[in-house]
Amino acid sequence: MLILTCPHCGPRHEQEFHYGRQAHVAYPDDPSALSDAQWARYLFHRANPRGPHAERWVHSAGCRKWFNVVRDTLTNEISAVYPAGAQPPAEHADLVPAPVVPDVPASTTTEQTKEA
Amino acid sequence: MSFDPRALPEHPDFLWANPEPKSSYDVVIVGGGGHGLATAYYLAARHGITNVAVVERGWLGGGNMARNTTIIRSNYLWDESSAMYEAALKLWEGMEEELGYDVFFSQRGVLNLAHSLQDVRESVRRVEANRLNGVDAEFLDADGVREVCPIVNTDNLRYPVLGATYQPRAGIAKHDWVAWAYARRAAELGVDLIQDCEVTGFVKDGNRVVGVETTQGRINAGRVALCVAGSTSPLAELAGIEVPIQSHPLQALVSELFEPVHPTVVMSNHIHVYVSQAHKGELVMGAGVDQYTGYGQRGSFHVIEEQMAAAVELFPIFARAHVLRTWGGIVDVTMDASPIMGTTPVDDLFVNAGWGTGGFKAVPAAGLAYAHTLATGEPHELNAPFSLERFETGALIDEHGAAAVAH
Ligand SMILES: Cc1cc2nc3c(=O)[nH]c(=O)nc-3n(C[C@H](O)[C@H](O)[C@H](O)COP(=O)(O)OP(=O)(O)OC[C@H]3O[C@@H](n4cnc5c(N)ncnc54)[C@H](O)[C@@H]3O)c2cc1C
Ligand SMILES: [Zn+2]
Repeated sequence: MLILTCPHCGPRHEQEFHYGRQAHVAYPDDPSALSDAQWARYLFHRANPRGPHAERWVHSAGCRKWFNVVRDTLTNEISAVYPAGAQPPAEHADLVPAPVVPDVPASTTTEQTKEA
Repeated sequence: MSFDPRALPEHPDFLWANPEPKSSYDVVIVGGGGHGLATAYYLAARHGITNVAVVERGWLGGGNMARNTTIIRSNYLWDESSAMYEAALKLWEGMEEELGYDVFFSQRGVLNLAHSLQDVRESVRRVEANRLNGVDAEFLDADGVREVCPIVNTDNLRYPVLGATYQPRAGIAKHDWVAWAYARRAAELGVDLIQDCEVTGFVKDGNRVVGVETTQGRINAGRVALCVAGSTSPLAELAGIEVPIQSHPLQALVSELFEPVHPTVVMSNHIHVYVSQAHKGELVMGAGVDQYTGYGQRGSFHVIEEQMAAAVELFPIFARAHVLRTWGGIVDVTMDASPIMGTTPVDDLFVNAGWGTGGFKAVPAAGLAYAHTLATGEPHELNAPFSLERFETGALIDEHGAAAVAH
């Protein structure tokens, strides 16, 4: 059983929380400009590392607030807890995934469409 | 083949050799679980391709193959899944004959309990879908449940049992014997089974995979086939591809031995436990996956607590049973709770993964279809719908309901 430290309520058993999967996955700026493959990437591909993982949890049986955690998926060791919306500590900066962006910038596509 | 269910089959005597890897094979299969071994067997037996190696980082059948609760059924909701699992069930029915080896396949039936009106409606819908697909299924009311499995408590619990789907042809088998049966026949047909050999990287020529790096050196390959269950994401990443998979711990446990008391398999999605009695007499139980991803091969204790509470409510006579041991495996779950099998964006690299909590029952059909894909480069009709592309086309096969284990 994990003991998670809610930033608002302190340490509590895992059963009080719900897991919210990978953190820092940004909604695409211009979703309609994405190809099917890029859209699938945004919807379905999440990091699944053997090691440190930045993830979201919600204290559903407590204060009901979301927050972020860096947890090692092999050892379950928790190395950072920080508020929703914040960036991970510098040593875990690589856990923030690159946003899914269209291959061709959206503005160019629009220009081409206009000319055609 | 018929046998006395109280007798043990002959020990396999490790009927495969332990060869040194050759420098090159037509096909290298990564992972010596049920899926890898069955694939090797069907490649050799059905396609005559015998210049094949199965490379396994531990020992044959020591992964999820050795950890599962061995439930075999084909009562899935969608056409694509019922085709796959029913093809598997038919192969299970002929497996002992085909492989010349007892695997203790016992068709004792499975009950999937319904505890709410919504459960009942979902169950009746699935029974009708099963019948349209030629899968044996019926809906039983609570009396019918007690008739099939008299030890189930239907009334005196928080969520009473209102009924169940029943698939009489479902059952269990002895997982180790299944692995050994495939291993033995594959080895006889010329396949090299190489244990203690971990794949640590891929050799590529442009966008084509041409071999694998292993702890026993480089092995060249015409084609490489992943069959590594919960290890797929990290391994695929080494090959330069991403798979939409999340790995979770899933636990199971067994009790001490008892006289035969539980005649079938009982699964409850709602209060969350599944129970059968192994041939020797242990009660075998599983529950849901841990909610978080992980590779630690141990799960949270409260999952076991909740599963035992559910078991004791459903089967009051188990209240004094002692737990003998618990263990965990790492299962690979996809977003639509269906597997992925087929080609990948890397030429000559193939993937078979995402079976999650239910891939044991699929072993023969998955092996058959994957072997076809490896031999021809094209999917078999059974695995065509389960391509990696479905996440782009949107042709998802959402089996969250019928996959039965919550994830
Ligand atoms: C607790 C539990 C209960 C389950 N219950 C059921 C059930 O009742 N019914 C059902 O149908 N299914 C069940 N399953 C699911 C089923 O066990 C799996 O879906 C299935 O076993 C996966 O395929 P496999 O047998 O090939 O995997 P595995 O047996 O895990 O084989 C994969 C192999 O790959 C090897 N490997 C990994 N990485 C490498 C590498 N880099 N190099 C070389 N080798 C590598 C591993 O060592 C392993 O032996 C259960 C699973 C668990 C964990
Ligand atoms: Zn809180």
